[in-house]
Amino acid sequence: MMANHLHHELDQREWEIDIIDERKEHYYQPGYLFLPFDIYEPEEIVKPIKEFIPKGVRLLSDKIDKVDAEKNLVQMQSGDRLHYDILIIATGAKIAPEEVKGMSGKEWQQSVFDFYSFEGSLALRNKLREWKGGKLVVHITEMPIKCPVAPLEFAFLADSFFKNKKMRDQVEITYVTPLSGAFTKPKATAALDHLMLEKNIHIESDFAIAEVDNENKKIIDYAGREIPFDLLVTVPTNKGDELMERSGLGDDLNYVPTNKGTLQSLHYQNIFVLGDASNIPASKAGSVAHFEAEILTENIIRFINGDPLKAEFDGHANCFIETGNGKALLIDFNYTHEPVEGEFPFPGIGPLRLLKESRMNHMGKLAFKWIYWNVLLKGTHIPFVGATMQEAGKHFA
Amino acid sequence: MTDFSQWNKEVGEAISKEANIVLSPRHWQVIDYIQGEFKKEVPLSIRRVGKSGVVDIKEFYSLFPNAPLKTATKIAGIPKPASCI
Repeated sequence: MMANHLHHELDQREWEIDIIDERKEHYYQPGYLFLPFDIYEPEEIVKPIKEFIPKGVRLLSDKIDKVDAEKNLVQMQSGDRLHYDILIIATGAKIAPEEVKGMSGKEWQQSVFDFYSFEGSLALRNKLREWKGGKLVVHITEMPIKCPVAPLEFAFLADSFFKNKKMRDQVEITYVTPLSGAFTKPKATAALDHLMLEKNIHIESDFAIAEVDNENKKIIDYAGREIPFDLLVTVPTNKGDELMERSGLGDDLNYVPTNKGTLQSLHYQNIFVLGDASNIPASKAGSVAHFEAEILTENIIRFINGDPLKAEFDGHANCFIETGNGKALLIDFNYTHEPVEGEFPFPGIGPLRLLKESRMNHMGKLAFKWIYWNVLLKGTHIPFVGATMQEAGKHFA
Repeated sequence: MTDFSQWNKEVGEAISKEANIVLSPRHWQVIDYIQGEFKKEVPLSIRRVGKSGVVDIKEFYSLFPNAPLKTATKIAGIPKPASCI
């Protein structure tokens, strides 16, 4: 995405853009939510990276051993070294089940699953195809996690999945969270708590997991609370890439300390951070990375020209929340404004409704896959949706 | 309470009474640590408190039962932890 932006903005006679990626495929991560329920097929969410690289940009398929930020060098595992003038870190976040005692134990991918990795999501699909019912526990280990609404969506989709299979009465769904309610922002939590009740999904809040007991199939928290499961779908601890630890660039969860307005590294002026790899207090959501990219592109041009950076990023996030049965909610928020009801993107008109269930929102969510592959990755601006949040059309109390 | 500058030890004592906690010197060590991190703008999480060397997670739970971070930050007079995004 940044390569596509910068490729347009920078003089190609003066600048060389390289992308280093250890994988050859790009994964549409929002698809991991739908894969377990047979809504998407694996081939819909994986494409070769090279399809998205603009002409004149070099793709290096190699694993990075270390970034030497003092010397502006990237050291590859192959032994190659690459000098940079500007480095953009977009290494994302990934699951670390080993952080919780017993989580990656003998029940891993037997009765304990994640859906935050392609492999996990696919294994869960195979399990759900044959599962006969029982206690389904949907669980979040600790915040922050990528796409904080995804576990909720999973619970909602599970509800309609089992209804469609005519076995909802054989499945007890429990949603276990370290938070005090369904979501992190009060107004959205109230709306979502209500939906949970309506869908007969039981919430266990303030649960800080200490251990997965593989023998007795239960999760136990530090206060001694025990929740039994037949099928545990967990979101393990999310961490930044180990590369950040090896390079001395990360915090205790391997996220890079970053200025939340300018997206510049707090320690190195010529390092910028995009998306989940940073420690900024915005949602770790794809929409955030998209909005950041527009502001980051401008700041990189400013940095090159020696102009002061714009501290403009406001934490804007925009998420569709699948609520099952072909409906979805839409939320739009930033660092200072929590999600509220209203219309989007046109005030008073919509057509999308904020914080209300509708079929239109669901269509928006499904259309997003096409937009992602065809618009977002290519660095094209989404019409009518700005990088910073607009307040018009929102019903702030 | 919404403003940290209004906090003092008496306010902390009063909030702890509502939570049915009798503050011991050990509680105050943890509260001091939490306030120190808050002043340094370090985001707080149960994990960070547990790895701080000040208190481990098990003891943190025994000092501030049920939801220790929520209760401890409330007594310490600081906003709900920013780890909730």
